[in-house]
Amino acid sequence: MSDPSTPQEILRALYDETLVGNAPRVLELTRTGLDSGMTPESMLFEALIPSLEEVGARFERGDFFVPEMLIAGRAMSGALDVLRPLLADTGADSVGTFLMGTVKGDVHDIGKNLVNIMLEGAGFHVIDLGVQVAPEKFVAAIEEHRPDVVGFSAFLTTTMPMFKANINALTKAGLRDQVIVMVGGAPVTQEYADAVGADGYAADASAAVKRAKELIQRRRSAMTV
Amino acid sequence: MACGAIAGHVTGIAARNDWPVDVRALPPLLHNRPDRIAGRVEDAVTELRARYATVAVAFADCGTYGALDEVCARLRVPRLRGAHCYDVFAGASRLAELLAQEPGTYVLTDFLVRSFRRAVVTELGLDRFPQLREDYFRHYRRVVWLAQYPTGPLHTAARRAAEFLGLPLEVVTVGDQGLERELRALVTGWSADPGASARSPRPG
Ligand code: B12
Repeated sequence: MSDPSTPQEILRALYDETLVGNAPRVLELTRTGLDSGMTPESMLFEALIPSLEEVGARFERGDFFVPEMLIAGRAMSGALDVLRPLLADTGADSVGTFLMGTVKGDVHDIGKNLVNIMLEGAGFHVIDLGVQVAPEKFVAAIEEHRPDVVGFSAFLTTTMPMFKANINALTKAGLRDQVIVMVGGAPVTQEYADAVGADGYAADASAAVKRAKELIQRRRSAMTV
Repeated sequence: MACGAIAGHVTGIAARNDWPVDVRALPPLLHNRPDRIAGRVEDAVTELRARYATVAVAFADCGTYGALDEVCARLRVPRLRGAHCYDVFAGASRLAELLAQEPGTYVLTDFLVRSFRRAVVTELGLDRFPQLREDYFRHYRRVVWLAQYPTGPLHTAARRAAEFLGLPLEVVTVGDQGLERELRALVTGWSADPGASARSPRPG
């Protein structure tokens, strides 16, 4: 295969190689793109993000399973490492700060990590507290970082009730009104999110980005009137 | 109508109790696509209904997060209580204890020990992408094998599985009495009300 040289060819190759999770090649293409004067934004929004969205869609359809998602996520993550400092350089306003963690008692984190990748890709500043995050740790981190959104991720029926425990801890600390709460994870539904009093829920990573943007937008405009 | 991951035990238990039942199994790997379990069980039960007087479902919730309960309630067939077969074998409180003790616990059953290569290594793509082991198991600290019949060869296989994951192995022999107890309830209709089976939790 001849090396892609036009921006169109580079975008196409980035999209295709991310889809199959070819991390070294994605990294190489990202560098080639930058060297040839392409902007980090165009590579992100016209190749990397659409590719990861397609990965999500294939997962939904059952064409892809977890490993395919993971290697694609890894490939995108590698490119993001290169692009992240450049995005910050251009002074592009951070869309918002997103504090994320898997709840106490749960160590599933694949879904959470994918959401983080997509959030970062979309311009969010993401602070990841990792797994098994206790309510007091969420509270302390919210006090320290003052995020726009806090996201709770849970994957086991036995750990889902931690959403409510976390929200109660925020209320007790007087922080509930200062932060948007989003919840997600395989067992979570909109109905469950509503019942625990979360502000938002999303079934997958791209929906999470969209929903987080909407909620931040809504809050910011509410504050300006 | 049993999950393939426990169908062998179900057959054994039925035989030693002289229950006049036939055991039909669905593929155990459905667990990796739990959104498909309820539909497959519904089709199978509907088909079996035409041929059998009574049909019971030897599945736990199995990650369907309530979808299987809806099907069971609609078809008025009971299922095993519990969130998954680890609950059934060890008892929900014992399993909760094990996970509370060490949240980074990966649980095996005899079935998973025996089929580790296929059900875990291949399904998670660890054969094709060994670099993913970290992504999956970074936060895990131990493997607990809830053993039904811990024979020598199974011990060796369990040790190998734990070694593959780079984790220490603990063996907790629970037998299959937990499953037997739950099956007896299904077969004798003691909990014939499907509403009595564990539901997905409601926020409290
Ligand atoms: C991969 C996997 C694992 C991996 C996890 C690796 C890791 N580092 O996370 C391994 C193999 C280690 C594992 C372990 C276990 N697992 Co597991 N696992 C799965 C599996 C197959 C896929 C989950 C996944 O990663 N999906 C891919 C991601 C991309 O999708 P997702 O998680 O849904 O995330 C998306 C959305 O939910 C959303 N999202 C996620 N988080 C958030 C957060 C916010 C704020 C928002 C807005 C959105 C959002 O966006 C994500 C991206 O699109 C599921 C079955 C399934 N297909 O769901 C079982 C499953 C979740 N596991 C299950 C179980 C039982 C276990 C074990 C107990 C099994 C065992 N043998 O020990 C242990 C857990 C032990 C423990 N101590 O926690 C059950 C849970 C059942 C229940 N009732 O609770 C399931 C449903 C399997 C089943 N059918 O029984 N598991």
